[in-house]
Amino acid sequence: MKTDVVIIGGGVIGTAIARELSRFNINIILIEKEDDVAMGTSKGNSGIIHAGYNDDFNTLKGELNIKSNPKFDKLCADLKILFKRIGSLVIGFSQEDFRKLKELKENGEKNGIENLEIIRGPKLFELEPNLNPQAKYALYAPSAGIISPYKFTIALADNAVINGVKVLLETEAKDIRIEEKQVYGVVTNRGLIETRIVINAAGLHADEIAEAAGDNFKINPIKGEYQLFDKQWGNLVNHILFPIPTKLSKGILVAPTVHDNLLIGPNSYWVKDKDDPATTKAGTEEVCEGARKLVPNLPHQDLVASFAGLRADIEGRNDFIIEASKKIRGFINVADIESPGLSSVPAIAEMVSGILKEVVKEISPQLELNCQDDFVETLVEQPKFADYLDKTGEWQEIVEKDTDYGEIICRCEKVSKGEILRAIHQPLPARSLDAIKRRVRAGMGRCQGGFCSPKVLKILSEELKISPLKVSKKGPGSEILKTKTKEIIKETGVKFKDEVRV
Amino acid sequence: MEQNKIICISCPIGCRMTIQSKDGKITSIIGNACPKGIKYAEEEFINPLRILTTTVKVIGGELPLVSVKTEKSIPKRLLLKAMVEIAKIEVKAPVKIGQVIKDYLLGTGVSLVATRNIKRVDSNLFS
Amino acid sequence: MKLEYDLVIIGGGPAGLAVALEARRNTVKDILLLERDKYLGGILPQCIHNGFGVQYFKEELTGPEYAGRFITKLKDCQINVKKETMVINITSDKRIIAINRDDGLLHIQSKAVVLAMGCRERTREAIAVPGSRPAGIFTAGTAQRYINIEGYMPGREVVVLGSGDIGMIMARRMTLEGARVKAVLEIMPFSTGLIRNKVQCLDDFNIPLKFNHTITRIEGGKRVEKVTVAQVDKNLQAIPGTEEEISCDTVLLSVGLIPENELTSEAGIKLDPVTRGPIVNENRETEIEGIFACGNVLHVHDLADFVTEEGEIVGRAVGEYLKGNRKFRSQPIKIFPGDNIAYVVPQHIDFIVPGRKKIKLFMRVKKPEERVKINLIDDKGRVLTAYKKRIVTPGEMVSVFLPEVLLDDKLKNITISIKRD
Repeated sequence: MKTDVVIIGGGVIGTAIARELSRFNINIILIEKEDDVAMGTSKGNSGIIHAGYNDDFNTLKGELNIKSNPKFDKLCADLKILFKRIGSLVIGFSQEDFRKLKELKENGEKNGIENLEIIRGPKLFELEPNLNPQAKYALYAPSAGIISPYKFTIALADNAVINGVKVLLETEAKDIRIEEKQVYGVVTNRGLIETRIVINAAGLHADEIAEAAGDNFKINPIKGEYQLFDKQWGNLVNHILFPIPTKLSKGILVAPTVHDNLLIGPNSYWVKDKDDPATTKAGTEEVCEGARKLVPNLPHQDLVASFAGLRADIEGRNDFIIEASKKIRGFINVADIESPGLSSVPAIAEMVSGILKEVVKEISPQLELNCQDDFVETLVEQPKFADYLDKTGEWQEIVEKDTDYGEIICRCEKVSKGEILRAIHQPLPARSLDAIKRRVRAGMGRCQGGFCSPKVLKILSEELKISPLKVSKKGPGSEILKTKTKEIIKETGVKFKDEVRV
Repeated sequence: MEQNKIICISCPIGCRMTIQSKDGKITSIIGNACPKGIKYAEEEFINPLRILTTTVKVIGGELPLVSVKTEKSIPKRLLLKAMVEIAKIEVKAPVKIGQVIKDYLLGTGVSLVATRNIKRVDSNLFS
Repeated sequence: MKLEYDLVIIGGGPAGLAVALEARRNTVKDILLLERDKYLGGILPQCIHNGFGVQYFKEELTGPEYAGRFITKLKDCQINVKKETMVINITSDKRIIAINRDDGLLHIQSKAVVLAMGCRERTREAIAVPGSRPAGIFTAGTAQRYINIEGYMPGREVVVLGSGDIGMIMARRMTLEGARVKAVLEIMPFSTGLIRNKVQCLDDFNIPLKFNHTITRIEGGKRVEKVTVAQVDKNLQAIPGTEEEISCDTVLLSVGLIPENELTSEAGIKLDPVTRGPIVNENRETEIEGIFACGNVLHVHDLADFVTEEGEIVGRAVGEYLKGNRKFRSQPIKIFPGDNIAYVVPQHIDFIVPGRKKIKLFMRVKKPEERVKINLIDDKGRVLTAYKKRIVTPGEMVSVFLPEVLLDDKLKNITISIKRD
């Protein structure tokens, strides 16, 4: 296989870069080791688009967040995903907190954010009636917003695929082939992909990829645990509520999600294993305790899910790495994308596009980077039954055209069979139960797939023309079912005959 | 002398009874709160019986399996052995509730009967 | 499509089926039964074990047989049934919106509505079991569907969390099909299911039931590999040093059932925080006149037979409601749970019914207790009547009769309390 550019990593960074570069008339392959995109940090994070007052404008973090924030309205409208600019409040309880809020505000204003405001007194509780009554001050940033980070990633990938990017799933980079300090290819579990340019967007594993190309940095994963509450509680708060930030993190927040759930988290601690997003009892307690400082009455009885995410961190470094390698031609690192990474996505992609132009000039001047005339910037809106509950007349027309939209598979999230079929056949198709869940929310609700997973499994089996035994939760090795009923007893039957087990 | 412990299921109390026996004959039962316990303990000691409920493979049905039960109780010790036998059975759709799926299961004289209807379909994608 | 009915029943499980048949016997004319699944019977077709019908039919049946009896009768009495139809909205003025493949959206106006949507299983997430999120974690009911209906085994080596009835029944079911059930763990010091299931599902197969134990961690990347199990103290907190690892590929959860009342809440009907079902009067009528509820959507029952009994109460009540000849008390009598009572259904008595002798009250206790008296106490603390019970346990519903003669006009509240006898 041969291509112009290989992007390693199907997180929000890799897919955003893929989409941005698909504007050009070049061949791009994105490889992802899991069975879907958004399988790492991009699915386990807060989904916040920050206003940009936290970091110094002289850092990439500060600059790219500020540049990106205003772009989200159009980008998300183009990609047909939800983005809600609900604003954020950093909550202060003491005089000292007040000073810190003032510092944040000043920094934000230096960064060019104009509408920051410090709120105090009754107005605070008008904005947030369920806020801890001991709260005294808040830094209000109206431009902060919420997004679904995995839906964003999938939409970016869909759009990239429509524009010609080839996404290879279950494809893991094992090595980078380098000859005379120039990239010549990526060795994967599926063979060699010849390329002169590699973009390392491997997230938590970016250090291992970089090492193969001779660049040295060490990523330490930081784990953050979250809890998600039932949809009836999304309106418990109206804004994203943060505590006063610390050096390590922006703290345990309380916020609604774009799908009206209530989200709390994350805590923040270093771990060794990059691939173990397990939740812990201590973490759960820490997250609850932290969140209760902001909102004392949390609906613990209506917990829908706990999850954890791991984010990349390089010790001693407090900024993104977005640069062409100084040692190897054709190798671009996009690493250490910690918070506010998600908030910086559009500007990161544009910056990488600029770097690519330089790299191309350097290594293959004959390759002319031109924008494709037929670049498709927008995705087509796909109807979701949950959005039509108060316009049933319009849904009736949809059902009349395609009866699959009249069969409700997921009762909790009100997802029709038509939507699930579409997810299986969209540009970046869903191949597993979790992939369906991320695309159309079947199984995401209060019963957590108890009722719909047998049905979704059956649909996947029929559409992909595979045995139900091959249908997985999240790729090979995570198959849901073990054997046909009767097979185990047939295998072990002989053993039972003489054994007195009863 | 032998001792067996049995929990009575006649009511929610769940009396824990101890049965003493010699040469297979009960010599004493203690721990029961009422006479029902004695009867239950005797039955359980001499020949514990159970209804077996399971499924049987169906060919050409709307579902791949039909639920079945032993028409009468069978000895408890035969449950797993019966499962091995039942795993080998295949029945053609349609199946009617009450239909005898197998006579004389393991020579017990007890039949295996269907506990639901299964309609016939021309193809079953899920089997 | 626009439709009008006298009675719309939402849910075709044992509750809905009983309502339909009994309402027809009570001369209710135009009845529509809406069922979301392909088959009637609710969860019963996958409950292939026996133990159903002992109370109602006085004989022991399996789940499919029990459902089959009602389904056969239903066919004989011309009740409209729409299967594979999902109700998406109910309003307080009894308008229902439903959807299916053939009709698309259905807009139905009914004179009476019965909520019989059943319940769902509590999930691993609802009880926050720490650890990773691999394949191989199932609620017991979902595993039951895979094994008994779809024909697939979801695992070979199993640990069951929770000693609810479905959990114990599935421990036996999987054992019979050749899987190895390594343990059933119960966080409480007592079983939350029926004693008969403990004996016949676990003891019969030497499956260990560990009380005061829970799973403190699930491990495995793609598929469950092992669980860490620990003993808990009185506050249900894991005791350090008691941890033990059990390798398995499957975790089954049987940790409680929750009535499915999202439609109910959206209609503006108030729920009881303990039952998580609507607050009802003796007719199982919610706070909105003409909207009734029964079965597991109202409160979680231990036996299907009691669900049928409750459905029949509602069937009769709908008949009375539609005839319009009901007589309200000057004020309702409220019934409150007292010592060791978790809840009582119904929560209030609203009607004067000539000829009625007694009202059956259903309740669950909080903890097991032996040799008790169930006292029905009035506002002034006087014991109106009392019932002796040899034993009460949370796993088994308790019922007592409230004699009609006690219900004088001045009576406002009754508290039900359990006292040591």
